[in-house]
Amino acid sequence: MVWVNQDKCAIVGIGSTDYYVRGKSWPRTISDMAGEAILNACADAGISIRQIDGIAYYSGAGAGYLDKFDTASLMETLGIPHVGFSATLTSGGGGCPGAIGLATAGLMNEDCTYVVTLMALQQLPQHRLGVVFGASAPNPENSFLQPSGLVGPGHLMSVLARRHMHLYGTRTEAFREIVMATRANTHNRPKAIRKAPLTAEEYDASPMLADPLRRLDFCLETDGAVAVITTTMDRARDCRHKPAIVHGVAHGGTREWGRAFAWMGMPDPDFASSGHKFVADRIWEQTGLSASDMDVALIYDHFSCMVLMQLEDYGFCAKGEGSDYVLSGAIRHGGSGIAVNTHGGNLSEAYIIGMTHIVEGVEQVRGTAINQVEDAEFALVTGGPASLPVSGMILRRAA
Amino acid sequence: MSYGPARALPGDDIRITTNPDTEPFWLAAKAHRLTACQCGSCGRFRMPPTAYCPHCSSREKVWPDLPGTATLFSYAICNRHPRTGEPYVYVPVVVDLDGAPGARLNANVSGCDAEDVRIGMKLRVDWTPIADGWVLPNFKLFSPC
Repeated sequence: MVWVNQDKCAIVGIGSTDYYVRGKSWPRTISDMAGEAILNACADAGISIRQIDGIAYYSGAGAGYLDKFDTASLMETLGIPHVGFSATLTSGGGGCPGAIGLATAGLMNEDCTYVVTLMALQQLPQHRLGVVFGASAPNPENSFLQPSGLVGPGHLMSVLARRHMHLYGTRTEAFREIVMATRANTHNRPKAIRKAPLTAEEYDASPMLADPLRRLDFCLETDGAVAVITTTMDRARDCRHKPAIVHGVAHGGTREWGRAFAWMGMPDPDFASSGHKFVADRIWEQTGLSASDMDVALIYDHFSCMVLMQLEDYGFCAKGEGSDYVLSGAIRHGGSGIAVNTHGGNLSEAYIIGMTHIVEGVEQVRGTAINQVEDAEFALVTGGPASLPVSGMILRRAA
Repeated sequence: MSYGPARALPGDDIRITTNPDTEPFWLAAKAHRLTACQCGSCGRFRMPPTAYCPHCSSREKVWPDLPGTATLFSYAICNRHPRTGEPYVYVPVVVDLDGAPGARLNANVSGCDAEDVRIGMKLRVDWTPIADGWVLPNFKLFSPC
């Protein structure tokens, strides 16, 4: 069934700070960086900060892993006069594009007119995700996981990758190709952290951190902030740039995926998956489109193996065929299949918990991306495979 | 790659906490008895133990004695101690518990070289004392490789 709010809202402003290697953003504060991203997004949209009247967060309104956004503080910091909408999706980076769906809910309910979605991240030593996981106090639920020494997200992900290799014959060369294909997109991007082209030999020499995953299969640890502004289509037409129309968006998932690698209870075939099939099916049903209609895919790449599993769950290839699909060169910009992470993704550009993927989706359908896919009409943006909810979105080029 | 013997992580700095739903599992483990949470109404298993059966909504729980054997479902090979960062080869495993369909545990496996661990291996429980007097179910190969 067609989504009732299809093409009724659009992303009209994108803004960010520079991207910093983890910890290097200090002595800037996290609220300084969040403010810069929001003000840049307003300037990009051609609106005043005083027109912002809604905030749609994800990740439980977290700013990184230990800090938290607070709407009242943002209002005070930036001089936002009033808000009619302040809400968040739960869990973590899985909800990133889903937060744009949350923004459309506020807009379509006429609670607000211009909605900010943002993430800011400052990984001071004690704020590193690996450290946060490993050092978190035992609780009755994680007492069934942490004692195994699965303490970092890379450890957790490698167990899923191993099962995928066992069931489908997936090769680690496919993970290498994902990392290399992503890196091939950053040599011309001034803000990217990793710009040097990557050879197969360099990948193979990367330390094995959680066999079968190497350090280069893990995404960057970076600091920075990104904000985007969503509004209704009638207002979008008065903004500075061509609107990036929200054509479809969904968040959620099934109980089989559920707590995902926070417990490891998923049955096959959910275990060796990205947990995205439920939202993938929903956005295809909302739009009547399929993977083959996408011009570019901005796929959350906290770990290389999760790009492969999302390609399967969204139907770019059949379940279990991700390895051969990737190794055929299908995800290269200008390749035979779908251009994936033309911005360099979390693996090579920067990791701001998914927001850079939304920015790239907007630039692609505006036609202003650095690595522009010719005539891009539809861009898929996904959130990070993790405990529910996960989410996905299709942005559409304006006529 | 060659890793050498897979070792369980040392138990002395492993801590757990419990709540009334999970404590029977850990009390059984303390007595070297492997169990899993079973619904007292419909008989389905669930782990970690939660207040309600997700299948029939019953709050009744029973804690049957399991055979103590399991099948290796998936694993990772890690080569650094998670707290000290020192070289330490351990293999976190996800196992399906025999006698409790649908119930899993996350643990360490030992009894062979890390590179010889395979999905589908048969394992038996191996009790590791941990902090505060609790006992953790880890697993060993049925027979050495």
